[in-house]
Amino acid sequence: MNQINNQSRRDFIKASAAVGGGLTLGFYLPGKAGVAQADAGGGYAAPNAWVRITPDNQVTILVARSEMGQGVATSMPMLVAEELEVDINKIKVDFAPPAEVYINSLLGGQITGGSTSVRDAWEKLRKAGASARMMLVAAAAQDWGVDASTLKVANGVIKGPGGKQVTYGMIAPKAAQMEVPKDVPLKPVSAFKIVGNPKQQRLDTARKVKGEPTFGIDTRVPNMLYAAVVMSPYLGGKVKSYDDSRAKTMPGVKSVVQYSRGVAVVADSYWQAKKAKDLIEVDWDQGPNAGMGMVKLWNGLKEAAKQPGAVFRESGDADGAMSGAAKKVEATYQPPFLSHSPMEPQNTTAHVTADKAVIITPTQFQQLIPHVVGGATGLKPEQVEVHTTYLGGGFGRRVEVDYAIDAAEISKLAGGVPVKMVWSREDDMTHDSYRPAGLYTLSAALDGSGKMTAVRFHSTSPSISARLFPSIVKDGIDPFAVEGIDNFPYAVPNLKFTYVMHDTGVTPGYWRAVSHNLNAVALECFIDECAQAAGKDPIAYRLSMLDMDTSNKHKWSGLSAGVPVGGRMKNVLEMARDKSGWANKLPSGKGRGIAVMEGYNTVIAVVAEVSVSAGYDVTVDKVVAVVDAGPLVHPDQAKAQMESTINFGQSAVMFGEITVKNNAIEQNNFDMYRVVRMNEAPKALEIHWVKAADGQPPGGLGEPGTAVVQPAIANAIFAATGKRVRRLPLTPENIGAA
Amino acid sequence: MAIPLTVNGKSVTVNSAPDTPLLWVLRDELGLVGTKFGCGKALCGACTVHLNGMAIRSCQTPIGSVANQKVTTIEGLNMNNVQKAWIALDVPQCGYCQPGQMMSASALLAQNKNPSDADIDAFMSGNICRCGTYPRIRAAIKAAAKA
Repeated sequence: MNQINNQSRRDFIKASAAVGGGLTLGFYLPGKAGVAQADAGGGYAAPNAWVRITPDNQVTILVARSEMGQGVATSMPMLVAEELEVDINKIKVDFAPPAEVYINSLLGGQITGGSTSVRDAWEKLRKAGASARMMLVAAAAQDWGVDASTLKVANGVIKGPGGKQVTYGMIAPKAAQMEVPKDVPLKPVSAFKIVGNPKQQRLDTARKVKGEPTFGIDTRVPNMLYAAVVMSPYLGGKVKSYDDSRAKTMPGVKSVVQYSRGVAVVADSYWQAKKAKDLIEVDWDQGPNAGMGMVKLWNGLKEAAKQPGAVFRESGDADGAMSGAAKKVEATYQPPFLSHSPMEPQNTTAHVTADKAVIITPTQFQQLIPHVVGGATGLKPEQVEVHTTYLGGGFGRRVEVDYAIDAAEISKLAGGVPVKMVWSREDDMTHDSYRPAGLYTLSAALDGSGKMTAVRFHSTSPSISARLFPSIVKDGIDPFAVEGIDNFPYAVPNLKFTYVMHDTGVTPGYWRAVSHNLNAVALECFIDECAQAAGKDPIAYRLSMLDMDTSNKHKWSGLSAGVPVGGRMKNVLEMARDKSGWANKLPSGKGRGIAVMEGYNTVIAVVAEVSVSAGYDVTVDKVVAVVDAGPLVHPDQAKAQMESTINFGQSAVMFGEITVKNNAIEQNNFDMYRVVRMNEAPKALEIHWVKAADGQPPGGLGEPGTAVVQPAIANAIFAATGKRVRRLPLTPENIGAA
Repeated sequence: MAIPLTVNGKSVTVNSAPDTPLLWVLRDELGLVGTKFGCGKALCGACTVHLNGMAIRSCQTPIGSVANQKVTTIEGLNMNNVQKAWIALDVPQCGYCQPGQMMSASALLAQNKNPSDADIDAFMSGNICRCGTYPRIRAAIKAAAKA
């Protein structure tokens, strides 16, 4: 974020602090969302912030989360429609503007992330649907002079005694004037017709399949110009001077402007802007990180790792138990930086005039944009109008608002014209916020039977929250840096877990499953090492040590279950063992690996089966995942999220690595930053679900699979080769060197 | 310079410079934004279209090189069996790469009525999906082949 100018950086931190601290920001409520309204000038009636009904009985459900593939544009309306009693396949979906009423209660802001959309919406949106239905019914009852309890509702039509009936569309204006009910009873899960329907399809597939304009990059507004940008290749670098004499003479070029983090060409078409920007010569000030490279960077982490760190979980006397141990196991894992690289490069369409800014953008954090764009353009937050488009992938990258600020600055500097700024893939990959690299040292004391009697965990990595949400960092601990380990699932009497925050100069960002794919990856590889040292089967070893004490609360990872979930872990481990054919021997060169994790209140066990060639090329033959995510709102897309996260984790653990050379990110496109392709995806993929217990709330599914599959693959490679790879990714070079 | 070509069965004349990639002519000049920009280097397949029935990467195809030729984009598939299978299996997640995936899959099925897993791997590995829809893409291609 060091590229953002000081004013907007201050605003970002101020706004972030407020959001991260769970406070609400004083954002305007377009059309006073949250308050029932008869007609907001849009020709519709809105019983509440999620439901709009026009006289022709068209119901629109507003989705206040960003659709980045995870299916919220279907699952959120399903929850509303279940209680509203409308045909889910006939509703329209609109994305909600920023407004307090839409704040995600698990994150304290209108943010899509943390695998929280369904968890946050589970009751809230059913209540929104039920409340709207009750108001519609109450209005009809009043019209007919009957008791509301005598009326029946189905598919947006209210039926009363004597054949009376009225559509939602006809009664909605009156309904919006009714009192908002205080007591809103909900259907029992057993009565659900829409939620949990295994045949429900996504509502956005047809438009995506037809190639209709959908994404931020597809935006067109009248008189729109296009911007291509030159940003510093150097981490934290700034423009010293630039020569745009050739660029300015290129066809279609309207202007060349210097903005906070670079130089932009504004032209009649993207290609004209792009060709001209390639002719701009910039002299860069490399800034504070000049000379940065991986040797220096890792040495910095190693040096920092010598500090004692902040203790985030402790019980008994780990150091004492360690010194008297019969057997000790110690390992340091070294995961690299990773790029998000969603398929749609960052882009924003901005139109900034003297008294207004319109921002059309694929974002995961619309609530922050009025604040930071206001700060960057001299406007008040309430003068900034934000429209969220569909997102061509998010994965955490679009929690950052940097590209929206850039586009706004460029629009203003170019004379207040509407501008669509589009980054190249190279811009995107080299100006990401990266999944942090780090050092993860674990040590365990084993007793004579091989059981762990003490575990030390010591991690050293950059803190993402210290940059984005400093108010949530307390006592040297970033809650998002200790997730996936502070909920350590094994019953070990002596524990000491410590964290050292260390900035490397590479911007760290929230990346799908965040620190689960650091901490839980290290832990589940390490447990495998302990099982081996104990001479035990990896699944049996885990089962024998699960923490079954459900009263014991961990302190930091706020998005997790909050208590040990030993029973649920036992269940998924046993099912994974049985479904994967764990006991069946594999021929030489092949191996199976197990990993288990609770994150986002979802418990997953994964068995990966791999083949490893003599040259250490790895083929993932099969992945079997067993998932306990509670009740599923949209079962087919819950499955799709497991398919998705397994793919994302496989890319990361097998290929992903971002490196720095001469203070610049080395990888800038998919030839250098390899991701899983069709021929590399698992040859077989099975997802099995654990039936939800009565009253069990839903867990999150957008992220956890990403983390669990990684140690499963690493452990499978160990089973196949005897090579314990601690330096990731699992490339032939790193396997060979292990 | 006016360049004539056929796009989705219609004759059009475009005015972009001859070195402009077909991708940007389709998106910016013709407003056909279903064809996506992903990498700009023919590494990801998001920009795949058909040129005279063959799958090509439009980000690496100068408009000047396709004068008087036939281009088909996702908007011109007219709900073919591949698109129908994509809908039936709810293949897309974010959906950004999917036009390119469907253009590749349609070209594959045009030349191979019953592709094996190995054929699908060979033809489809140039199209990246970050959401991990590969299992569904494979299943949808097989379903479309049977349709």
